[in-house]
Amino acid sequence: MKKLSARRRHPLAAVVVLLLALAATGGLYTAFAPASKAKADDTAQSLTIEQGKKLYEVGCASCHGTGGQGSSDGPSLVGVGAAAVDFQVGTGRMPAQQPGAQVPAKKVIYSQAEIDQLAAYIASLGAGPAVPTKNDYSPEGADIAKGGELFRTNCAQCHNFTGHGGALTHGKFAPDLGDVSPKHIFEAMQTGPQNMPSFPDTTMTAKNKKDIIAYLNAVNGNETVTPGGFELGGLGPVSEGLFAWVFGLGALIAVAVWVAARTAKAKKS
Amino acid sequence: MSTTSSNESRSRGKAPAGERVADWADGRLGIYSLAKANMRKIFPDHWSFMLGEVCMYSFLIIILTGVYLTLFFHPSMNEVVYHGSYVPLQGQLMSEAFNSTLHISFDVRGGLLIRQIHHWAALIFLGGMFVHMMRVFFTGAFRKPREVNWLFGFLLFVLGMFTGFTGYSLPDDLLSGTGVRFMEGAILSVPVVGTYLSFFLFGGQFPGGDFVARFYSIHILLLPGIMLGLMVGHLILVFYHKHTQFAGPGKTNNNVVGMPLLPVYMAKAGGFFFLVFGVIAAIAALFSVNPIWAMGPYRPDQVSTGAQPDWYMGFAEGLIRAMPGWEINFWGHTLILGVFIPLVMFGVVLMMIALYPFVESWVTGDKSEHHILDRPRNAPTRTAFGVAWITIYMVGLIGGGNDLFATHFHLSLNAVTWFVRIAFFAGPVLAFVITKRICLGLQRRDRDKVLHGRETGIIKRLPHGEFIEVHEPLSQEQLHTLTAHEQYQPAEIGPTVDENGVERKVKGSEKLRAKLSNAYYGEDSQIPKPSVEEYKEITSGHGHH
Repeated sequence: MKKLSARRRHPLAAVVVLLLALAATGGLYTAFAPASKAKADDTAQSLTIEQGKKLYEVGCASCHGTGGQGSSDGPSLVGVGAAAVDFQVGTGRMPAQQPGAQVPAKKVIYSQAEIDQLAAYIASLGAGPAVPTKNDYSPEGADIAKGGELFRTNCAQCHNFTGHGGALTHGKFAPDLGDVSPKHIFEAMQTGPQNMPSFPDTTMTAKNKKDIIAYLNAVNGNETVTPGGFELGGLGPVSEGLFAWVFGLGALIAVAVWVAARTAKAKKS
Repeated sequence: MSTTSSNESRSRGKAPAGERVADWADGRLGIYSLAKANMRKIFPDHWSFMLGEVCMYSFLIIILTGVYLTLFFHPSMNEVVYHGSYVPLQGQLMSEAFNSTLHISFDVRGGLLIRQIHHWAALIFLGGMFVHMMRVFFTGAFRKPREVNWLFGFLLFVLGMFTGFTGYSLPDDLLSGTGVRFMEGAILSVPVVGTYLSFFLFGGQFPGGDFVARFYSIHILLLPGIMLGLMVGHLILVFYHKHTQFAGPGKTNNNVVGMPLLPVYMAKAGGFFFLVFGVIAAIAALFSVNPIWAMGPYRPDQVSTGAQPDWYMGFAEGLIRAMPGWEINFWGHTLILGVFIPLVMFGVVLMMIALYPFVESWVTGDKSEHHILDRPRNAPTRTAFGVAWITIYMVGLIGGGNDLFATHFHLSLNAVTWFVRIAFFAGPVLAFVITKRICLGLQRRDRDKVLHGRETGIIKRLPHGEFIEVHEPLSQEQLHTLTAHEQYQPAEIGPTVDENGVERKVKGSEKLRAKLSNAYYGEDSQIPKPSVEEYKEITSGHGHH
C-alpha cells in the first residue's frame, strides 16, 4: 500500500488510471452486451439496410453524420422513419444542393429501389413512421368535401386555397401541391418536412389525410376542371388584377388607338 | 286626326316612317331644338380622349350584368347545406349568399359567364378610371374651368373602389370574408369611435348575420346610385365645358377642332361600346376570375395565404403589410398604430392627387380658362409630381402582393417588405427628380428642333472640305405645335414697402407661394421656349451654324 501511495503522484499515474478504467469498461461491455446483436443476420431486410448504409455513406453522411446522428449541417435522422426518407429523397429535396432557407424539390437522382434501401437503413436507426401503402393514400372513396374543409382549416394558411403555394418568412415557402403524388402528400403530412408542421395520426387520422388528398386531387390535380376558364395560376386577385391591367386595359387602349386612327378625315383632293 | 287631313297626306304621299316618329316625338319632347343645339357638338379626336369612354362603357356593362345577377343572388347569411352540382363542396355548411353564388356559377344558364363579365368589367372599370385620371392629370386638363369635374371624377374613382369592395364581399367566400375581417380591423383601429363604428356596421360582433344584406344594399343601390348621378353630372360638365384639345395649328383656346357628335362621333362611340363589351366578354369567357368555389365558404376560424383584395384596394393592403406592428398602451386602452397609420395614409395619398389642381392654381395664381392641353414635358414639376404619386401607389401595390413577389422572384418575404418600406419614402423622391430631368431634357430637344430643325442624318461635304450635317427646318405647323405652350414666370413677393416707405408685413403664405412658384417655374425648372427673335436670328444665317 505504501508503494502505491508513494507513486500516486508519479507523472504517469493518471495515464495508468485512465487505461485501467478504459479496460474495465470495455471488458464489462463485452461481458454484458446482448449477444444477439453481434450475430450475423443475412436476411433480405438486413441486406437492404446494408445497401442503404452504403448509399447513405456516399450521399448523406457528409451532412447527417456517419451514423445518422446529425451535424452542424444537417439534423439527426434517428427516429425520422422511412416515410421521411421516402419523401425527402423521393421528391429530390435530398440530397441538398446547398444550404439555404429551404431545400427545394428538384430532379430525383435515386431510383425507387435505392430510396427504399436508404429508407430501410434510416428506419433501422430508430423507430419512426413507415412508408404508407397505396391503401393509405389512395384518394378513392374518400370524402372530398370533408377534405376541403380540413384543408382550409389546416393547410390553406400556407399552401393557399387550392394548394398553389405561398410565401413564408425569410425566403421560406410553402410549395405548390399541383404535381405532388398522393404518396408524398401523405408522407409530408405524417412527417412534417422542413418548415411544415407534422400531422401524425393522433392529430389527423389516416382517414382525414385521405380526404385531404382526395380534395387536392379534385381541385389541383391533372384532371381538375376549371369551370371559369384559364385560372391564371389560381393565386387570387393579384394575378387577376395584373391580367386586367396588362391584357384587359392593354387591349382596350389598343382598340382606342385603332378607332381614333380611323377617323373620318376631311377629304384630301 | 281628321279625315280630310289624312286624305291630303295620302295624296301627297306619306312621310317616311322615321320622320313621322320623329315628328311625333318632337311634338311631345321638343327633340328638334335639343338636337339642333347638340348634333353638331364637336369632339376632338385623340385616342387618350377615349379612356373615359372605356370607363363609361364598362360601368354600363357592370350595371347590365349586375341586374342579371341580382335575379339569382340571395343576400342572406342563414346557414344552409350545399347540395348543388359542385362536388368538392357537397354537404358543407355555408351561408345562403355563398350557396346562391355557387348556384349562379354552376346551375344558372349563363350565370358564370355573367358573373365573370361583371367582375372583369369591374377590374377594368377601376383601371380605366385610374388611367383616365392620369391622362387628365398629365395634360393639365383639370385646370379652370374643370376643377369641379376633376373632383367628380375623383369621387367616382373612390366610390368605385368601395362599390367594388362591397361587391367582392357579397359571395361570403373565404377570400372575401378575410377581406371584410381586414376592413373590420381597420375600423377598429380608429381611436375612440372604432369599436362603435364596427358594431354599427356589423350589427354587433363580427361577422354577425347582417353584413351581407347591408353590403348588398350599399353595393347595388346606394353607391351605384350616387355613381350614376355623378357620371351624368361628369358628362354634362364635359358637354358644358366642351372637350379640351392638344395644341396644334388652327386650335385655339376659343375653339374645338374635331368631329361632330352626329353622325361621326356617335357612330364611333357606339362602335367603341361594342368593342369594349367584346373585349371584356372575350376575357370573361376565357379567363377565370374570383373562383369562389375554389375558396370555399367563409368561416372566421379559417384563412388562406394569398388573401388579397382586388387590385384597387391592393394599395391599402400594401400599406398595412409594410407597416411595422406598432401599438401604444395607455390607461387600459390600446392604440393600434400599425393599422391606424396606414388607414390615415390611405386617405392622405388619395387626397394628395385630388387636391393637387387647387395647389397648382394657387401657386400659378392663374385665373384664366384653359382649353388647350399641356404636353407633360412642358409642365415638368406637375409631371414629376404625378409620376412620384404613381410611384407611391405602385409601391403600395407591390406591398399588397409581397408574398407573391417573394415566391415568384425567389426572394425573401422580409426583403420585399423592407424594399416597400424604403421605397415608399425614397421612390417618390427619386421618381420626382428623374422625371423632372427627363422633362427638361425633352424641352431642350424641342427648343433645339425649333431653332435648328430636324437632324436628317445626311452628311454634306462643302467645297472647302468641311463636313456638315444637313438640318431640315420644321414646317410652320410643327413650329407652332412646339411653341404654343405658355410659360409662367415665377411669382415675386412684390415690394415689401408701400409708397410711403412703410414696411408691410409679408405673410407666410405669400413667402411659401413665391418659393413654390420659383420651384415650379424658376430657371432650373423650365427651359425658355425660343422667341421669335431668336428664331429669326438663327434662321437668317446660312442654314448651318
